[in-house]
Amino acid sequence: MSSTSEEVQEFVDQQYKHGFITDIETDTIGAGLNEDVIRIISGKKGEPEFMLEWRLAAYRKWLTMSEPTWAHVRFDPIDYQDIIYYSAPKSPEDGPKSLDDVDPKLLETYEKLGIPLIEQQMLAGVAVDAVFDSVSVVTTFKEKLAEAGVVFCPLSEAVHSHPELVKKYLGSVVPTGDNFFSTLNSAVFSDGSFVYIPKGVRCPMELSTYFRINEAKTGQFERTLIIAEEGSHVSYLEGCTAPMRDENQLHAAVVELIILDNAEIKYSTVQNWYPGDENGVGGIYNFVTKRALCAGVNAKVSWTQVETGSAITWKYPSCVLRGDNSVGEFYSVALTNNCQQADTGTKMIHLGKNTRSTIISKGISAGRGENSYRGLVRIAKTAEGARNYTQCDSLLIGDTCAAHTFPYMEIGNSSAQVEHEATTSKISEDQLFYCQQRGIGEEDAVSMIVNGFCKSVFKELPMEFAVEAGKLLSVSLEGAVG
Amino acid sequence: MLSIKDLHVSIAGKPILKGINLEVKAGEVHAIMGPNGSGKSTLSQLLAGRDGYTIDSGSVTYKDQDLLELAPEERSWEGIFLAFQYPVEIPGVNNTYLLRAGLNAIRKHHGQDEVSAVDFLKLVREKAKLVELDESFLSRSVNQGFSGGEKKRNEIFQMAVLEPSLAILDETDSGLDIDALRVVAEGVNKLRSEERAFILITHYQRLLDYIEPDFVHVLSDGQIQRSGDKTLALELEREGYAWLDTETDIASEAGAA
Repeated sequence: MSSTSEEVQEFVDQQYKHGFITDIETDTIGAGLNEDVIRIISGKKGEPEFMLEWRLAAYRKWLTMSEPTWAHVRFDPIDYQDIIYYSAPKSPEDGPKSLDDVDPKLLETYEKLGIPLIEQQMLAGVAVDAVFDSVSVVTTFKEKLAEAGVVFCPLSEAVHSHPELVKKYLGSVVPTGDNFFSTLNSAVFSDGSFVYIPKGVRCPMELSTYFRINEAKTGQFERTLIIAEEGSHVSYLEGCTAPMRDENQLHAAVVELIILDNAEIKYSTVQNWYPGDENGVGGIYNFVTKRALCAGVNAKVSWTQVETGSAITWKYPSCVLRGDNSVGEFYSVALTNNCQQADTGTKMIHLGKNTRSTIISKGISAGRGENSYRGLVRIAKTAEGARNYTQCDSLLIGDTCAAHTFPYMEIGNSSAQVEHEATTSKISEDQLFYCQQRGIGEEDAVSMIVNGFCKSVFKELPMEFAVEAGKLLSVSLEGAVG
Repeated sequence: MLSIKDLHVSIAGKPILKGINLEVKAGEVHAIMGPNGSGKSTLSQLLAGRDGYTIDSGSVTYKDQDLLELAPEERSWEGIFLAFQYPVEIPGVNNTYLLRAGLNAIRKHHGQDEVSAVDFLKLVREKAKLVELDESFLSRSVNQGFSGGEKKRNEIFQMAVLEPSLAILDETDSGLDIDALRVVAEGVNKLRSEERAFILITHYQRLLDYIEPDFVHVLSDGQIQRSGDKTLALELEREGYAWLDTETDIASEAGAA
């Protein structure tokens, strides 16, 4: 009808900018899952016996479970026997010792993603643990971190170097059998990051990992474990982007955070998995279990996520506030465009006295996107004086998208204070016209309005990530607004 | 500068403007008055490029270009500014951020460099004083939590920063108390110049006590019924708009005959 809606359509129709495939020989096992496959995975990694047993126990448990159906998402059934559960870049010997040893094509991939490793390390002072498919290829800055006593390495390495920590904490926050996808992850997880911050240490730099799915039909099963000892502090950044594919790819990651007395973990994510084309063909299925345990007094965890990718997002970074006075925060921007579906939110489980939690959720729907906020606030009987504040806002762009809100509250202690605010709004013609009248083009105006809507979340991100997130949002919405 | 010729405009098939003729030259101040529903706001929105109007016939020429062919932002770049009757709130978007983006877009269009952050800050502080706008407004979200008077002052402030060639003020006086009205009017008067033209859309004569127009037009039923100098506004003040109905009736009867 109007030029506005056409332009909006154009904006929406922009192609995924990170869609390319790197042609690298990979060491891949056949599709399907059984105990032998798990033995192969474990064997390829040279894991100690306890890990193999742990995986097998998870697998046996998983066999008794079924996919959850409560989320507000629709997708064709996943054939778990049609998935390849292990793939690693084939490198001579046991992988590169330095950047010079890294497959140039791999480095090129990072270049295309705008993550020139060397520059990024130099400029941002960020240690990068780059995960390419399933094996961590490059780990940097280890020495500097080692000086501070910080361990930042692939989980597959930590199994050997810090078996006592892995044994003690792996599965302690997300136990085997917690849910279908996390249990599958426990059985077949490929690799991920392991972080250990010793007592009283403030991690000297932000830790960052870039994930990327590359091999066709390869499930990606990341597993991350972060332990913050008493009085320690760490900020962890996770970002990802994936190449264009026609077939859906399953991604079931697990992240566990353990925070002891007076410690703090800040965990930031920018997620840009391939969302599928404008008709919903292809795209990543992202079923993630992220949970933090504030085990000690005054422990604090802060989840910040910017979710713009994936065909389906199923993700509820949660906080278990067990220590007295512990604090949980969740700041989220979730964007769905075209046929994307997101069911995301958080769980705040208040167990300790005077525990506090804050939830700020911003959902943006465009195209035919479906965006659901699902959040649980549970105040246990023991949580004397607990407080929660929830604010959950939805922004609609166009008239073919949808936003839903599913808040759950379970209050077991009458001293609790729980607040919930929710709004749903549309980018109005009035707002766009106002910006245009002041000389700002429509696309820039949309981007400006959406960024404004997300401001209270973006300000929680580390600076360079906030800039990246703003750009990502603009790119994801190019054409999507009007 | 602006030439409107026999302009007929409708919304969803309903005629709103029924043959508007208006010539505005640089340096002139035109007041367009008229009762509610006469088409005043339609005219101002249309000139600024708002979507949703159908041009049935006629033309609008601005600086020798067909204005109706230009997108709203292009009109802004060419120096058209609309002070909105109801300025919209944009949560999370900083007032000066929006303004700086607008100013830079305009400058870019004219082949000028972007204004530096320091120069811009100097500029906005100076202009904020002009409309007695507290500096705290500069860092707030666009119009969010502003009172009615503050919103209108913010519009004049933006106008002062963007320095348009043709400023259209759509009922900027409505809802203002006498002090705010004075401030707004003074702001406008300070911006009057040989190169700049103003169109003041207003319902009341009150504003014209402070801003002296060169021409006054009475718009009713989609047509300019009368044009004159500022004395016409005073006449309207005395007699109201009721006489228009009579004249319109007579006119249409005459037409029928």
